[in-house]
Amino acid sequence: MSAAPAAEPVRLHVNGVEHDVVCDPDTPLLYALRNDLGLVGAKFGCGLGLCGACNVLVDGHPTHSCDTPVWAVAGKRITTVEGLGQDGRPHRLQETFVEAQALQCGYCTSGMIVTAAALLEREPEVDEAGVRRALDGNLCRCGAHNRIVRAVLCARPCAGRATGTT
Amino acid sequence: MRPALRRTSDGDDVTAPGNPSLGNNPRLDRWVSMCADGRVLVRSGKVELGQGVLTVLAQIAADELEVDPARVVMVPALTDASPDESYTAGSLSVQHSGGALRQVCARVRTLFLDAVAARWDVPADDLRIDDGTICAPDGRRSSYWELSGEVALDQDAAGAGARPAGVRRSVGRSLPRLDVPDKVAGRRRFLHDLRPPGLLFGRVVRPPSRGARLLTVDDARARAVPGVVAVVRDGSFLGVLAEREESALRGLEALRAGCTWDQPGTLPDELDLAAFLVGAPAQTVVLHEDGPDGDGPDGDEPPAADVRTIRARFTRPFLAHASIAPSAGIAQWDDGRLRVWTHSQGVYNLRTEIVRSLGLPPEDVVVQHVEGAGCYGHNAADDAAYDAVLLARTVPGRPVQVVWTRADELSWGPLGPAMVVEVEADVDASGQVRRWRHDVWSNGHSARPGGPSASPPLAAMHVADPAAPVPSTDPPLKNGGGSGRNAVPGYAFPRQRVRSHVLTTMPLRTSALRALGAHLNVYAIESVVDELALACGADPVEYRLGLLTDPRAREVLVAAAERAGWSSPLEDPAGTRGRGVGVARYKNTGAYCAVVAEVEAESSVRVARLTIATDVGLVVNPDGVVNQIEGGALQAVSWTTKERVRFDTHQVTSQDWEQYPILTFSEVPPVDVVLLDRPDQPSLGAGETSIGPTAAAIGNALRAAIGVRVGSLPLSAENVVAAMDASS
Repeated sequence: MSAAPAAEPVRLHVNGVEHDVVCDPDTPLLYALRNDLGLVGAKFGCGLGLCGACNVLVDGHPTHSCDTPVWAVAGKRITTVEGLGQDGRPHRLQETFVEAQALQCGYCTSGMIVTAAALLEREPEVDEAGVRRALDGNLCRCGAHNRIVRAVLCARPCAGRATGTT
Repeated sequence: MRPALRRTSDGDDVTAPGNPSLGNNPRLDRWVSMCADGRVLVRSGKVELGQGVLTVLAQIAADELEVDPARVVMVPALTDASPDESYTAGSLSVQHSGGALRQVCARVRTLFLDAVAARWDVPADDLRIDDGTICAPDGRRSSYWELSGEVALDQDAAGAGARPAGVRRSVGRSLPRLDVPDKVAGRRRFLHDLRPPGLLFGRVVRPPSRGARLLTVDDARARAVPGVVAVVRDGSFLGVLAEREESALRGLEALRAGCTWDQPGTLPDELDLAAFLVGAPAQTVVLHEDGPDGDGPDGDEPPAADVRTIRARFTRPFLAHASIAPSAGIAQWDDGRLRVWTHSQGVYNLRTEIVRSLGLPPEDVVVQHVEGAGCYGHNAADDAAYDAVLLARTVPGRPVQVVWTRADELSWGPLGPAMVVEVEADVDASGQVRRWRHDVWSNGHSARPGGPSASPPLAAMHVADPAAPVPSTDPPLKNGGGSGRNAVPGYAFPRQRVRSHVLTTMPLRTSALRALGAHLNVYAIESVVDELALACGADPVEYRLGLLTDPRAREVLVAAAERAGWSSPLEDPAGTRGRGVGVARYKNTGAYCAVVAEVEAESSVRVARLTIATDVGLVVNPDGVVNQIEGGALQAVSWTTKERVRFDTHQVTSQDWEQYPILTFSEVPPVDVVLLDRPDQPSLGAGETSIGPTAAAIGNALRAAIGVRVGSLPLSAENVVAAMDASS
């Protein structure tokens, strides 16, 4: 499928707001988000869809924004880590990641949270093995994996809110 | 001509006795400023690498000043403003920067107390401080903020002692990290996220192979890409600048397609790396000699017939840093003055290198630290900054951001050196070691910018008037060593001789990767010690306790063994599991760590559980230490079981996550960390201490599971099968 030439703006529906972005329609969604819309939560990691640092939700599904052209998501519902919270409150995962101090450098964190948010939406009572499977496409080099898994498990509705750091 | 410098590698400075950070930066106002608005600005020369160090330093400063840590603002390292603490490396930040801040803040506190005491004519001892408010017994109050304009901090930090353990409030608590809220919200925090006005996006076409030279380039297609504003060529350094990031990437590919290169093959045979390392020209250094080492018998030499020599060889391949973000840099030139934003480990060192490479006056160059993704040693951060400097020079007034590609990050960034270790132990009939020899072959572990060997940034070796590559060197053993890091065993063996053979040729650029030589040296020593225990039928923990004289090393070993249930048999219904132990004191002068690993060996080696005990002296932030210990251990699991940089005669070929796989969530074992707190002992760095013992424990657990010692890392199915074939 070939893309149209660059004249028409691409309409993107991001975090509940419609934006007209003037760019080549083959532009990876990641760059439109980061450079045109100022949403820098999604990160460039590999450009090949192999690390998950750039993950955003497209119609609720975790998607690599680094190799998804904007024309392919025009009119679809895009959610970035900045748009996960509601009514000015952070998403539960953003709270449990702080409580569990579930990162070291934090570069992979947005992609982790976005992927986990979709998982909990789909499978609110997921077990630990399920969390690990769901996050296998998200790479972490610092070795914060077990903290991240704990943070995701604590964000399940069944976990209640009685969590805390060590 | 590139002059050598005074500084040594890896964070140590030979000129300053005691605390080098304070020795080089004695003035109080270099470190601390009190603001009238109630904030305390604390400047450290150490940088946030994802390890959480700025939070820990804030805790230390807060305690010494008796303020709430929330008042402390940690200022990112900036040349000419921050103290020059050289690199953030070697697990020395808490020791050096923390130690300096402790003294500085104690002195600042005393100066304010003395000023108030003089003004009110009360003894300073009668005053107390409550969150920065200074209170007299009669109810009068003042504060750091009120007096910020009156108490001069333009003096040296001599004098005051640090606070005794009893009055610590923040130190010892798991204060949440200062940077985490921004990072979970996706706020602009990383160098990669900065978008200064007028920013241009730069990308560099790296040569297709190590020895390649650019012959011709047809840049017409690249220049025709909408948004591309310039193509920059200087010798074999080639880059593109664009108004939009995707244009820069399209320009990069178009430019690459237009190049022709001269490409000699320069790399050794990856499939016989050990032969290359042992056979290449090298400089041999005796790092440690303890007792007579002649070949003839000495006074207590047992008869030769009763002595058996155990020989074993261990190897590791080149390893990649493999950070989740490719390296990046931003630079801007204005009227000949240069500003650089970098995630380098040393802003002053990078400035030194830029100044040296471009012949600029230092006062015209400002380098500021901005966080990048996790840094595990000397990665490509400095190279990316230098790329940005070269590209930005062609567009004065406009900032240029360079972000490396994933392929360049994995193939052109400095690599952790491949290594060979050979251990020879003479053992008598009773199982006692009579002589111990350890030889390590490796490229040097340090090629840092601004370092003593004048290692140029990558692009400086590609420009038309290129800097010659300089083979990496090793820091001296007294600063922790490089190839020889942890090569001196922590056991009471007689007649030790430890040598390093550091290659004087460097086909693949190597530099410091977390723990440096300690990864393979500890693996080797602990493997041989395990074999010695097995040979005399001893329990590996008991055997080590018989050889360890340092009580702190003994305690971590016992603590790890107890927590892991070492004395109970391992549950192993399928006969595929094994349990092993490893212990070391990092650098022989740093933190202590013991690890018990359980592995499952079926079609591949899977680490099933890690139990770790560590002693890092006074613990400033317990959760921070646990996080670092866990992280180091899991990185060691990944290196030890999976990782290997692949290359052909021309170039590194493992250029993406499929060709250079790292540990994934499903492969990550549970990690249980026991912290032995030593409030009366100086704090020791935690970031690298778990690497060697974890690798060793895995190797020993695998030995227990399959009955065969695997000396070649990684512990891939291929290497395990080869070891089994060799032993049968």
